[in-house]
Amino acid sequence: MGDIGSAFAEAAGLILAADRTLYGIVQLSLAVSMTAVAVATAIGLPLGALLAIRRFPGRQVLLVTLNALMGLPPVVVGLLVYLMLSRAGPLGDLGLLFTPEAMIIAQTILVIPIVAGLSRQVLEDAWREYEEQLRSLGATASTAAATLLWDTRYSLVTVVLAGFGRAAAEVGAVMIVGGNIDGVTRVMTTAISLETSKGDLPLALGLGMILLAAVFVINAAAQIIKSAAVRRYG
Amino acid sequence: MLPLILENVSFAAGGRTIIDGVSFELAAGPRTVILGPNGAGKSVLMRLCHGLLSPTAGRIDWRGTRDERRPRAQAMVFQRPVMLRRSALGNVTYGLKLANVPKAERERRARAVLDAVGLGAVGDRPARVLSGGEQQKLALARAWALEPEVLFLDEPTANLDPGATREVERIVGDIHSSGTKIVMTTHNLGQARRLADEILFMSAGRLAEHAPVERFFAQPATAEAAAFIKGELPWD
Repeated sequence: MGDIGSAFAEAAGLILAADRTLYGIVQLSLAVSMTAVAVATAIGLPLGALLAIRRFPGRQVLLVTLNALMGLPPVVVGLLVYLMLSRAGPLGDLGLLFTPEAMIIAQTILVIPIVAGLSRQVLEDAWREYEEQLRSLGATASTAAATLLWDTRYSLVTVVLAGFGRAAAEVGAVMIVGGNIDGVTRVMTTAISLETSKGDLPLALGLGMILLAAVFVINAAAQIIKSAAVRRYG
Repeated sequence: MLPLILENVSFAAGGRTIIDGVSFELAAGPRTVILGPNGAGKSVLMRLCHGLLSPTAGRIDWRGTRDERRPRAQAMVFQRPVMLRRSALGNVTYGLKLANVPKAERERRARAVLDAVGLGAVGDRPARVLSGGEQQKLALARAWALEPEVLFLDEPTANLDPGATREVERIVGDIHSSGTKIVMTTHNLGQARRLADEILFMSAGRLAEHAPVERFFAQPATAEAAAFIKGELPWD
């Protein structure tokens, strides 16, 4: 118990002392995950809207695939992106392996199915309510999609947060394609994993506390905005 | 775009015939009420006329010239109003935007029509926090703003209390006075008497009668209509 107690104390010390290594890691983590979520949202929401509104051959197959991909193991995504980006791979010439960009690519791939799959569900429910009215007013499919996305915006905040949670928490993909290089591609999850195996519990714990706090604060902020908006706009 | 002509229109879904060989012609002018018991196919018939559904047999024909650049010549108000998550005014301007009304004109027209339905004071409030009656009036305003040649109304007062029902009926009358053809479904006999000039009586997917309102209520030509008026239509 004493070990844990002193580890917590040391971790708190690192956080309060604004340890440079620690904050560099935190900064990179947030930058990578937020960029990945932004890109995945830009791709995933229109994809979700398309699946919600349009009926086309192969839609069911696509839905099942998408739902299955929500549970995609991060290490598998890491491995596939690694194969694409490695020197011998088809995208090897880009020289992206072991860079933050590679990590963004891997996390984007992980988050797209979450955003597309969950938003599809939200948008399909809304479409069921809106379809006749929007068609009566003469909305085209793209206008209808834009209207649905705007009208479900509060629910979609939760969808995007789920995507962020997935990106911020995963370690397998960024470890493989980033390489956990100190000062270059080391993020919170890979650092926690490494420091724990090295036995440097204070740094690992400090990072863990910050990771938890960051996820908590972002979710709380989103929840507050959402409930205030729902109260106001119904 | 009137008259609207249906020739032997049928609609089937899931192996069940919902509309069975319906033919009629609706002219500009008189308020048409589609009357009939629940399940008679009134709503489906209206959706076929409005173009939300396509007939599985027969023809639906709009006569007259149809200039695609003009605002759409028809609009519909549903039993349960669908309110977009924006202000009451925003709900009206949304429809005007889809109808390609110039931006400068949208708000002016929307404010005028909100005043006309008695919602002038709540134009800036979110549509979803309005009462059920106000929401239905807003749906009427949204449709009226489009200045349609034909307005379809599908049981617009089915979920409303008597006060809101009176208001909606008054607005429907005003819309008719402004030159719009009214086509409305109801299963409420009193409402049919108050609002209709002519009755289309539907029974089990077929058009049983098409008659001026006085004659329909005084001398129904079919046994089904007579039974419905007396409140004795058997459930089938």
